[in-house]
Amino acid sequence: MLDKPKTLHATRVDHLLIAEMVAPGSRVLDVGCGDGELLQLLADTKAVDARGVELSRERVNACVARGLSVIQGDADQDLGDYPDQAFDFAILSLTIQATLRPREVLENLLRIGRRAIVSFPNFGHWRIRTDLLLWGRMPSTPNLPEPWYASPDSHLCTIRDFVELCELLDTVVEEAVAFNSSGRRLPIERSLSLQNLFGEKAVFKLRHRAPTRDI
Amino acid sequence: MMAINSSAHHNDIADIGVGLNQATVAFPADEPLDLDSGKTFGPFTIAYNTYGSLNAVKTNAILICHALTGDQHVANCHPLTEKAGWWSELVGPGKPIDTDRYFVICPNILGGCLGSTGPASINPETGAPYGLKFPVITIGDMVAAQHRLIDHLGIDQLFAVLGGSMGGMQVLEWASRYKDRVFAALPIATAAWHSSQNIAFHEVGRQAVMADPNWQRGDYHAHGVVPRNGLAVARMAAHITYLSEDALHEKFGRNLQNRSDLTFTFDADFQVESYLRHQGSTFVDRFDPNSYLYITRAMDYFDLAAENGDVLANAFRGTRTRFCVVSFTSDWLYPTRESREIVQALNAVAANVSFVEIESNAGHDAFLLDEPEFFATIRGFIESCAAKRGLPTLDRED
Repeated sequence: MLDKPKTLHATRVDHLLIAEMVAPGSRVLDVGCGDGELLQLLADTKAVDARGVELSRERVNACVARGLSVIQGDADQDLGDYPDQAFDFAILSLTIQATLRPREVLENLLRIGRRAIVSFPNFGHWRIRTDLLLWGRMPSTPNLPEPWYASPDSHLCTIRDFVELCELLDTVVEEAVAFNSSGRRLPIERSLSLQNLFGEKAVFKLRHRAPTRDI
Repeated sequence: MMAINSSAHHNDIADIGVGLNQATVAFPADEPLDLDSGKTFGPFTIAYNTYGSLNAVKTNAILICHALTGDQHVANCHPLTEKAGWWSELVGPGKPIDTDRYFVICPNILGGCLGSTGPASINPETGAPYGLKFPVITIGDMVAAQHRLIDHLGIDQLFAVLGGSMGGMQVLEWASRYKDRVFAALPIATAAWHSSQNIAFHEVGRQAVMADPNWQRGDYHAHGVVPRNGLAVARMAAHITYLSEDALHEKFGRNLQNRSDLTFTFDADFQVESYLRHQGSTFVDRFDPNSYLYITRAMDYFDLAAENGDVLANAFRGTRTRFCVVSFTSDWLYPTRESREIVQALNAVAANVSFVEIESNAGHDAFLLDEPEFFATIRGFIESCAAKRGLPTLDRED
């Protein structure tokens, strides 16, 4: 029997936030798409032309077997193959911290997508700061469960760090949403400092400052 | 044509349910093919098998392109070897390529030797087999001949074109030359150009055939002989390249063949020798030596980038075809990096492409085997394309 596309929607808050930011019917590339959960959500609820890149061979095969257009590839190596503005949205969902060269990956994302959407775990969260401050140890949280020597996350950053990188890359932040461990959004009017302190993860919608045609 | 009628009896028994139909179509001398070499060629005949039935709007046709030594008997008992069709695990009722829902077409290639015009066919100008008077053809020429067949069948757009190895080269050529006529393309265990190493292996095979005194400069038909030994050696050498060191080691190791000690002769002491000799000797019973020369040459000449201004991406510019590229980890004849080049070119034109590398230790031949992950991938891709094309999917069936 064919494995039917599984409807795993609504299991990840960041996916729902990203889905809100994506225009219906657009062309989407999800870099580091995992088992295709977000792509499936976007295909089902936003009727997007969904493509994915995933490092893990097993996950790629699972994606293709469930009918998604996914290639086995590497965010650090393979994004250069795509032409400029090939997609309406280039998405990096909880992946940037695991790349070798986050800056180059983000630059490529902003080049191949008219908009880039990036979500990442916030290393500025108060619990992480407390871990380090009180115990003098690398934090261990549900988002960062691996010990430092086994973690795939080699480039962790805080929300403030990420905003700085965006400025460095001459990038316009169109939307930024942080949310806490229970998935509740932190009110938009809160300051960057508070988002950086209480946000466990963040989702940014970006575009390059050079004018981009609206879609 | 040859042997087909005589073998109809056991076909009827073995092939219940696949809806097999064996046919030929002859294209007359006044409708010749314009070959890549600049010559024209005709008349020519294409022999093909079909399975299942074409729907009223002719949107459910799947073209399968065979490899170097394959033929049109993809899913039925082979009339000469009496073995199951070479892709009968993949193609059939309820299989990933489901003959209950799709109209599967598998032609023997131009230059082949099982019903389509090739070097063993009779040259109408001389009344004798073409031999070396047969023109050197390319993968593109094979595909152009298939294109005639698809026109003849009245099919505007193929739902899918798939094939492995040289079949995959034909898939790429189809997707490049006839973009609007291919909805989905599955190039499997293949490359966009033939590597130097692969050309080298082919040259060894050709030299083995041509070094056989029975080859008679290609004119063996007239002498009533066949360069069996030469072709068998060519097949033995090629067969090694279709496997992997691990697969050979697992299957044979250093095991001896029906003996407990080395004989200190040049007999086939080792099982692997006996196996290769068997592969060689059975191959010559079903394959024309000159065909082997011509088809290997066509593969050597294949370079889709060179055909497109040395930029492979140009081959696919403007494509709306959905691609699924598949490679196998232990395939050293068409390694994964060569599939990745195809994927890179497709990405460069923002084509819709899936790419999977399947873990297997079976070498290049893995594409012929029932590797579960491979079949699941093909099935998933075909099903999603069927949904996009408005064809029945398994979900929608009772």
